[in-house]
Amino acid sequence: MRPVYMISGGITKFAKAHPQKDFRLMVKEAYDAALRDIPRFSKDMIDGAVGSYFSDHFTRQLKAASMVQDYLGLCPKPSKRIEGGGATGGLCFQSAWEAVASGRMQCCVAFGFETMSRVNTWKGNEFIALASDTNFDFPIGGFYSGYYAMMVRRHMHEFGTTVEQMAMVSVKNHMNAIYNPYAQKAKRLTIKQVRESPMVATPLTMEDICTMSDGAAVCLLASEEVAANVCARPVKITGVGSGSDAMRMADRPHGKVILLPHERESDYRHLRYPGVHSFRGGRMAAKLAYEMAGIANPMEDLSFVELHDAYTSSEIQTYEDLGLCRYGEGGTFVESGVPFMPGIDYGMELPRQGRLPVNPSGGLLACGHPVGATGLMQAVLAFWQLQGTIGTHLGDDRLQVKNPKRGLIHSHAGTGTYITVSIMEAV
Amino acid sequence: MQNKGTIVYGLDPLIIGDHYEIDYRHSYAQDSPFFVGLSRGRLLGSRCTGCGYLYATPRAHCMECGAPTEWHELPSRGRVHTYTTCHYGGEAFLGETPFTLILVEFDGVDTLLLSRLKGLPPDEVRIGQPVLARFSSTPSFKVTDVWFEPADKA
Repeated sequence: MRPVYMISGGITKFAKAHPQKDFRLMVKEAYDAALRDIPRFSKDMIDGAVGSYFSDHFTRQLKAASMVQDYLGLCPKPSKRIEGGGATGGLCFQSAWEAVASGRMQCCVAFGFETMSRVNTWKGNEFIALASDTNFDFPIGGFYSGYYAMMVRRHMHEFGTTVEQMAMVSVKNHMNAIYNPYAQKAKRLTIKQVRESPMVATPLTMEDICTMSDGAAVCLLASEEVAANVCARPVKITGVGSGSDAMRMADRPHGKVILLPHERESDYRHLRYPGVHSFRGGRMAAKLAYEMAGIANPMEDLSFVELHDAYTSSEIQTYEDLGLCRYGEGGTFVESGVPFMPGIDYGMELPRQGRLPVNPSGGLLACGHPVGATGLMQAVLAFWQLQGTIGTHLGDDRLQVKNPKRGLIHSHAGTGTYITVSIMEAV
Repeated sequence: MQNKGTIVYGLDPLIIGDHYEIDYRHSYAQDSPFFVGLSRGRLLGSRCTGCGYLYATPRAHCMECGAPTEWHELPSRGRVHTYTTCHYGGEAFLGETPFTLILVEFDGVDTLLLSRLKGLPPDEVRIGQPVLARFSSTPSFKVTDVWFEPADKA
């Protein structure tokens, strides 16, 4: 495999609805933004594309990626669509990486979108729940917020995680998004407001859960040769990993923890793993990505993380899967202030504020979650962080992590059925 | 579909209503005995003929060792492994809110079963609560033909 670089990225604003733009035009807007940033690049350097969107139900247009391909003027170059639930964007990013790493392409476009505004929120929730077993799970009350609520209830039972710790994630991510003009739902919140917002599925409230969005994102990945020719500050992709778990939460076996390089078996003597409280696929993805990138201790080796916080609870669960803290310590991890941005006033006492910012963008909770675009949006934000161009792109450098060396992006599907972790490094 | 004219939500951009529905002929295939079992008041899991792994939610082949499984009747009594009460839901279930979802654990069984808990106020549900399977007397041949109630009340 040869080295792969990200050379540019673009995103649309994530919004409740973009009725003036269909999915082709949204992607075109993100694609044009990406091309504008690298004037020495020309379209004929592109060897092919990978498209990402989650749901044929939302789109009700099969082969929609083909329509983007022709709209962008990329025919007759190679193209395909990747679909993997919520991890669709992360899988698309890794598919484009594979195209370049294998030598098949010098430059591959990864584009993603979702148009969720075409149905009402509850029909949308029904569509999403069709990504659970339709014989055994969906008919009982198919609702992802319900599934995640059951997972965190067990996490609370096993480890003592509290709803206030979960609310801190909501406060953090919505506050970060105030400085991200691409985000859908920026606001200043208090723990009390998060808890007092309408209850959706106990213990998760409206402010614990991401919203549906329309939006698109584009990443350009290229070989070292192309990157050196067209891009002043390319970012190297040094690790990719992914994992999976049983579709039905009810089927998750209880066994031993998959250990990361900095952990020991004795850390988890009594933990029945993954149960329904942890994501074994996320742990596998992290392990593979860390091995490829040579990461021995993620807390020391990473400068920031953009992870899939569809729920405040899943951000806490994911801290543990990624090894930012041990299993069971996710709640106290957020309480310590480590995953907050430095230099922002969140209205809370945070003793270790900003040691490893998680979701500086605002994450899914505040940016929104146009599924096929989300994992690629994370890559674009991570790319700008590692380039040091957050100020240029967001019009405010408050979210710029200082001198970042290495970032992690994490994309997550279903109740943890597909998960990707990719490592990006400044060069 | 009967043509009742087109709903127009706006002209700039032009937004119209677009109806869609479909009926499937759905086979439960190798899982059929589970659903037939529910209609007869029996809760069937599966046991691996190779490694003995015992599944509360049935599958015809073991995901640990790949061997075929055989049907295995589950105890009607279990415990709440985890729970939530949904105050919203997918559109198909909005009319049923609030409803309580549970994952049920059974003694000696390696995996869990997703079901609904009825007959207990949401704020009284606890992890470890003993529950008893109840079966619909008018089966719809869906997984909702079984649900659970508190074992001490049933």
